[in-house]
Amino acid sequence: MGSYILRRVLQSLLILLGISFLTFVLLYLIPADPARQIAGRSATAQTVENIREQLGLNLPFYQQYFRYLTGLVQGDLGRSYLQKTEVGELIASRLPATLLLMLGAIVCELAIGLTMGLVAALRRNTAADTSLMVLSFVGVSSPQFVIGILLLYVFAVQLGWFPIGGYGTFRHMVLPSLTLGFLGAGWYSRMMRSSMIDVLRQDFIRTARAKGLKRWQVLFGHAMPNALLPIIAMIGIDIGLFMSGIVVVESVFGWPGIGQLAWQAIQRVDIPIIMGVTLVSAFAIVLGNFLADMIAPLIDPRIKLR
Amino acid sequence: MSVGETAVQEAATATGERGVMQRLFRRKTAVFALVLIVVIVGAAVLAPLVAPYDPNEQFFDGLTLEGAPLPPGPQFWLGTDLLGRDLLSRLIFGAQTSLIIGVVANGVAAAFGALVGILAGFFRGWVETVLMRFTDLMMAFPALLLAITLAALFRPSLWIVAMVIAMVNWVQMARVVYTETRSLSEREFIVAERSMGAGTFRILFRHVLPHLLSSIVVFGTLGISTTVLLEATLSYLGIGVQPPTPSWGNIIYENQTYFTSAPWLVFFPGIAIIALALGFNLLGDALREVLDPTQKGRH
Repeated sequence: MGSYILRRVLQSLLILLGISFLTFVLLYLIPADPARQIAGRSATAQTVENIREQLGLNLPFYQQYFRYLTGLVQGDLGRSYLQKTEVGELIASRLPATLLLMLGAIVCELAIGLTMGLVAALRRNTAADTSLMVLSFVGVSSPQFVIGILLLYVFAVQLGWFPIGGYGTFRHMVLPSLTLGFLGAGWYSRMMRSSMIDVLRQDFIRTARAKGLKRWQVLFGHAMPNALLPIIAMIGIDIGLFMSGIVVVESVFGWPGIGQLAWQAIQRVDIPIIMGVTLVSAFAIVLGNFLADMIAPLIDPRIKLR
Repeated sequence: MSVGETAVQEAATATGERGVMQRLFRRKTAVFALVLIVVIVGAAVLAPLVAPYDPNEQFFDGLTLEGAPLPPGPQFWLGTDLLGRDLLSRLIFGAQTSLIIGVVANGVAAAFGALVGILAGFFRGWVETVLMRFTDLMMAFPALLLAITLAALFRPSLWIVAMVIAMVNWVQMARVVYTETRSLSEREFIVAERSMGAGTFRILFRHVLPHLLSSIVVFGTLGISTTVLLEATLSYLGIGVQPPTPSWGNIIYENQTYFTSAPWLVFFPGIAIIALALGFNLLGDALREVLDPTQKGRH
């Protein structure tokens, strides 16, 4: 176990190193000249040259990457020339909102997905099962901006149950969380269905029934916990899905998280911010996959560590 | 998500072409998916014939006296957009954009992913290490953000958007094909072929590739819907296909400020995107069950 964890940590670090390299190459290729951006239009060629030297932009590629990497290791994500702020500070100030949104999304996707999967498994091969599974496919086939705008129209504009956007109270959280969780609900309902069907076929379920337990006792006491185990390990992987989703969901709902930050940066072509958010997201994805791999053998000892 | 990654094998040889089609048509969801796809593909191919108006024509009577878009009615069936253009015609021509990107981007992604997977799975050694570590890397890269960065790098045109999407969408295919090729190349018939002195290319094309076909078909089909969704999202963010070329995503992007007073401008394009993505997702899922002998009778 110890050597397995060590190997996975090293692997994750290597992936992060690769991602930092890839983001740097992209940053390097972007035609916009940061020195010119800082200096402004009226600056002389000498001023621009001085700034370039100060930032190390005149250094060869590998030296620039090394500087960038040294900064990253110390938690320095670079500086937004347009906003004149440290990217790290911008992201740190917006991270809590994003994490809150993700938490809400996890609750939504589990509540909807698991219920759908459970009902489908119990009504296997009926019309209810088929419609639920088609519905789960609608979930994974719906772009989040469409779901978000439609939810806004129905529940905020027409019914007025929820605010139209913004951040602060529980009521602000409901629609964005639902939107972000919609996609995951589709995945979870399908996983829950097949997991539940597998468990219900096991011998211990037959034994539980044979010893005279009530149907709901068998279902919630014996079947559910076992069906849920493989699914819980997947939550870490969801973070990857969310990281792409937050850009859209936060911009639709005006949610002040890192997704909105990235979206605003896209419109102003503020590359350091886009890169910073990309790096932080990639880090979250790697961490999520790592946690999923760590949790999986704990809840199912049959999983072999490689 | 990983269902069938390792399981889909030997399907292409085990079942004849006719058997596959017959079993596909027996599934209601597959028929429903095919209907959705045929309707949209038909509309895209016959766009100049079936569209009631020119998608870019701005009608004088296409706006209310206050200059707001018209709701669905007898003249403009699905209403008009903020410039007084016919929404139905724009949706029909937008289907062309979605399908071109879906087919081109996904074709490139599937071919590249399959190539990476086969090479890594067959040659092993340093080829495997380099290719699969690169694939791991791309897995950890948030797809939408990478696409956004790439789109910011280049001036987005239809083909650039297709290539950007292809660059982020080949990973899934590479993983699936890699896993299968690896287990295939250790099977007796490949080892026997090799010991009889068959060349690498003969083994790859005559023996390995045919066994991979069913997986490539399944994940190629599922990939189209991922592609369609990514194009819609990029266009919605304003960095995908650029107006006036209609795309379902940029129709919503252009009109979203009107969504409280003119919800049809979001609703109909939204339905179109969901219908196309749903069609390919359901078809891919049905193909997976039909082509995969090991899953028969599991559910």
